[in-house]
Amino acid sequence: MLKIENLHVSVAGKEILKGLDLAVRPGEVHAIMGPNGAGKSTLGNVLAGRDGYEITAGTVDFGDKDLLQLEPEERAAEGLFLAFQYPVEIPGVNNTYFLKAALNAQRKYRGESELDSMQFLKLVREKLRVLHISDELLHRAVNAGFSGGEKKRNEIFQMALLEPRVAILDETDSGLDIDALKMVAEGVNHMRSPERAFVVITHYQRLLDYIVPDYVHVLAEGRIVESGDKTLAHKLEQHGYAWLDERRVPERATP
Amino acid sequence: MSAPLLLQELERGFAALSGRQRDAAGLGAARREQLAAALADGLPGARAERWRHTSLRALERRAFSPLPASADIDAATLAAIPGPRIVFVNGVFAAALSQLDGIDGVVAMPLSSALETGTARDVDFLARRFEAADETFARLNAAFALDGLLLQVGAGVQVAEPLALVMLGAAGDAEHAVHLRHCIQLGDGARLTLCEYQLAATPQAHLVNSLMHLHLRSGARLDHVRVQAEDAGATVLARSDVVLGSAADYRRIDLEIGANLSRHELNVALQGKAARLSASGVLLADGRRHVDTRLQIDHIARDTACELTWRGLAADRGRAVFHGGIAIRAGADGTAAQLSNKNLLLSANAEIDTQPVLEIHADEVQASHGATVGQLDEAALFYLRSRGVPEQAARTLLTLAFCRVVLDGIGNESLRERTDALLSARLLQVAA
Ligand SMILES: Nc1ncnc2c1ncn2[C@@H]1O[C@H](COP(=O)(O)OP(=O)(O)OP(=O)(O)O)[C@@H](O)[C@H]1O
Ligand SMILES: [Mg+2]
Repeated sequence: MLKIENLHVSVAGKEILKGLDLAVRPGEVHAIMGPNGAGKSTLGNVLAGRDGYEITAGTVDFGDKDLLQLEPEERAAEGLFLAFQYPVEIPGVNNTYFLKAALNAQRKYRGESELDSMQFLKLVREKLRVLHISDELLHRAVNAGFSGGEKKRNEIFQMALLEPRVAILDETDSGLDIDALKMVAEGVNHMRSPERAFVVITHYQRLLDYIVPDYVHVLAEGRIVESGDKTLAHKLEQHGYAWLDERRVPERATP
Repeated sequence: MSAPLLLQELERGFAALSGRQRDAAGLGAARREQLAAALADGLPGARAERWRHTSLRALERRAFSPLPASADIDAATLAAIPGPRIVFVNGVFAAALSQLDGIDGVVAMPLSSALETGTARDVDFLARRFEAADETFARLNAAFALDGLLLQVGAGVQVAEPLALVMLGAAGDAEHAVHLRHCIQLGDGARLTLCEYQLAATPQAHLVNSLMHLHLRSGARLDHVRVQAEDAGATVLARSDVVLGSAADYRRIDLEIGANLSRHELNVALQGKAARLSASGVLLADGRRHVDTRLQIDHIARDTACELTWRGLAADRGRAVFHGGIAIRAGADGTAAQLSNKNLLLSANAEIDTQPVLEIHADEVQASHGATVGQLDEAALFYLRSRGVPEQAARTLLTLAFCRVVLDGIGNESLRERTDALLSARLLQVAA
């Protein structure tokens, strides 16, 4: 459903992703771990369609679409969702209004009927209940003045509402207290289905105790350098990334 | 040097007014004198300091008919503006569209009626002389204005329903110069909400020159929303002269979102102790629009306060000009003055000029001002798009958000919602 092949991406003339391959099939949960600055957020941003990244080689197929040809809003409507590592504060834009506009724009794109205010509110209440989020956040401006944890919860709430086919969570667990972490995990687990896939970027194995992944990948120096099952996360937690370097035979010498 | 065509045509038009119109309430001499002064000094040119950023070169070559000429307007045009209201079409009071009865404690009538019944005291403000050479439009208004709103709210009277003042432009057989003069007085402790609309009923290229006198006596409060959404062909010159008595509270919001050329001068004298002014607004200059707002706030008495919050948007080849002048006179100790002017430059060919000017001659003053020019936040734009909001809609959302601080100042909820909807609809037309 999401197939990334030989992806090369440069930012400001510097190559960040250097031939990344990843295939995600419906129903799967993939975890991506890797050192700071490895290019994990770059991957998420490129998939979501952010400006400022130069894609020098590679392909990304999303369903039957060439993902890289689509505008960010088209990717969203096709079912791609990125929970941001650093959600943006947008003062003056009401959360509810924004989400209704987003959901209806997506529905319109897919040829579905738009929801009226009543239908939308019903859906919102349903999702809030499942996630144990208070509706107070909804009446405020998007992320404006939200605490770090509230911002992350809001990302998960948006994901629940928009029901994507592939959700990429970029360090949604960072900065969360233990209850919030459980809530995020519950939110994800509640949404797991044979049709939906998740790519969970994290530094901590703890999240993966709650969201049990089918695959764990290590992204380092712009590539997936190691893939395995959930036990890989435990090994990384114990030994750090240096352990990988010792095991890995360099494919080519770095200049 | 002969007078520009604009003034020549107006002079001819003045001669064509009936003697009854010109001389009503004994104002004939004053009108002639102000017209002569306007002709002698001409239109302010590039060297007039207060007109440095707004050129009248194109305007001075145009001819407008100064003869009043109303037009038939479908009442449905006003469906969104509930009564009580007073309506002027091309500068002429439209009785059929107005609803003025049943506001207790309020005297509201068109200036034209007052001129006819001839109670000189009601219209003495019309004899005011404008001395400065660049006050051409005020002088022309003094020479020509035959209609407008006269409003007196009695001491202690609290008017619950917002009162609408509507100035409509409609196409006719000529391009008209419309002159309206309004005088609004609130007695001690009186309270009123006024919504002022400058709108186009049909596309036209009139020149609208309106001058409003506002006087708030002790402890009076006026909430004033003004929407200038004229036709893209129209020229708007608006001036408001405001005097605030002690502890008077004046809260004003201006949306300047229409016309081809718009110049608004807001002059406020905080004359009474502890008078308060809150004036905010949105300037939208898209297309080839030129929108100029000039504030001159004069703190005369002690413990007075002003809070000025203006947002400017310039797109396409538009130009937004903002001048925020605050003077704190000697003796106006304990004054607090705050000015914020933030602007969004939405295209490379658009232009924004902003100039805060603070003059302080008093002690124990708290004054701050800030002006910025920036662009839409790309990170916010991407965030909205990544959730599925199409780019143009996302830009509109963010632009509206930028103006939110101004709209949030409207206390009356239904009025706020109407104004919000108006601005949203207008912003949808702004090209990215
Ligand atoms: N706009 C930019 N200009 C220059 N360098 C950039 C830019 N964006 C990202 N980079 C660089 O690209 C590299 C990868 O950044 P990225 O944010 O993808 O890392 P990450 O794996 O998500 O790290 P972390 O675990 O700290 O979140 C870093 O070295 C970063 O400094
Ligand atoms: Mg990152």
